[in-house]
Amino acid sequence: MEHGQTAEMNDSNGEAVIVINGLCKSFGNNHVLNNFNLRLNSKENLVVLGRSGSGKSVLIKCIIGLLKPDDGEIIVFGNNVDELSHHELDMLRTEIGFLFQSNALYDSMTVRENLEFPLRRHWFELSQKEVDDMVMEALDNVNLGHTSEMMPAELSGGMAKRIALARTMILRPKVILYDEPTTGLDPITAREIESLILKLHDKYQTSSIIISHDMNCVKNTADRVALLLDGKCYTEGSFEDLEKSEDEHVKQFFE
Amino acid sequence: MDIVAKTRDFMSQTGYMARFTGQLFTLGTKPPYEFKEFLVQCYIIGYRSLPLVALTGFIMGLVLTMQLRPSLVYYGVQSQLPVMVGIAIVREIGPVITALIFAGKIGSSIGAELGSMKVTEQIDAMEVSGTNPYKYLVATRVVAGTLMLPVLTMLADAISLFGAYIGVNISAVTSFKLFFMQILRTLEFGDVLPAFIKTFFFGFAVSIVGCYKGYNSNKGTRGVGNSANSAVVLSSVFIFIIDLLAVQVTAILGLN
Repeated sequence: MEHGQTAEMNDSNGEAVIVINGLCKSFGNNHVLNNFNLRLNSKENLVVLGRSGSGKSVLIKCIIGLLKPDDGEIIVFGNNVDELSHHELDMLRTEIGFLFQSNALYDSMTVRENLEFPLRRHWFELSQKEVDDMVMEALDNVNLGHTSEMMPAELSGGMAKRIALARTMILRPKVILYDEPTTGLDPITAREIESLILKLHDKYQTSSIIISHDMNCVKNTADRVALLLDGKCYTEGSFEDLEKSEDEHVKQFFE
Repeated sequence: MDIVAKTRDFMSQTGYMARFTGQLFTLGTKPPYEFKEFLVQCYIIGYRSLPLVALTGFIMGLVLTMQLRPSLVYYGVQSQLPVMVGIAIVREIGPVITALIFAGKIGSSIGAELGSMKVTEQIDAMEVSGTNPYKYLVATRVVAGTLMLPVLTMLADAISLFGAYIGVNISAVTSFKLFFMQILRTLEFGDVLPAFIKTFFFGFAVSIVGCYKGYNSNKGTRGVGNSANSAVVLSSVFIFIIDLLAVQVTAILGLN
């Protein structure tokens, strides 16, 4: 999709779970997003690539409703995020997982309590055994079953990221937004996180938007890559297509 | 910053804080209610503050008695010491000192905790998980703080009066029964009720200021420190303003 076109809910690529049309967001005189268009198809891993400070995190925070757009519309599962009531937005958020760059684990709670927190708030009918089973399944998914009674401060960076990923997945969201999932991790741990992203994607059939400027992460996880430049979706395509591009702006990322 | 900009900043801060407080009566009153977290906060805010409040209350009563005694002996009215100390503690010193201690302990703790959660994106994480952080973090703390300070003040008053009894007995001998009967005979409805009611307002002010400062903390560790610090300073100022208003209202109602 070239810049300037608007995204539609249905096209030849299949059903769209997120459609963003003409999104604008400014902070004072800093126009971070300027008529940004994007669509995320069902069961697709879409990587949004861009330089630091280009507005990638702002984009996904607008999608989840943490930031209010100045203009444009964000349609998630057919709902315009900006028009939802507080309660409707909370319900929609249970369908969307968000992995923070800083992990954002609740530091006053154990790992188990971190994972139980969303379950207890939305799935009231679950018995303690069912909660325990779901927590253990989530921890086993990230190979950290032994950490359930640990505090976040006792975890390494890679472990904290995996626990945050387990918490993100515990409500079985249909869409996951990853904010720079491998930033600040050593290469080996970063590859482990990428593998987990792909494993969970296959297991739960999720659709994902992955924000990154780590080219290894982009290459390993992306079905499609969108390049965010000057507040717009400059271009998009498969990793291989963009890698071969002769465009100067695109080449900067692949050199 | 010039005076115009400072005034504008003050007005906008006042507006934000009023809106933040108003949310308690709109968002905070809607179900589902966070009873479990409310009880946890009652335990943290109330029970865990008890040793500090008890200690300061005891010292307050003891010191006040020891300081007052020489003056009363000079005028030959030392027999009025229990009455004077009792009225001073129950009407004014007990509620205000307890509220100030509460501001130092709970106001700063809430400011720092919520500020830290804000800068580490834990509040955002709560929000994206479909939990309303205002209801979970703010409403529970404010209601717990509002209800716990009056309880703590009653306990502080009682312990303070016991401290006063010890203070009296350092220089003279007075029976426990006589000391407290003298105080209870003198205290009236108008002494106890306004003092008790204003502690709800003190508790509300300390908790809402702590939450506001923490919830709107700036990025970075300095922001967290500033939140904790300004929560204590601002809530202490509010305590004195509320106390001043309470005295005026009490006078208007003829309860003085």
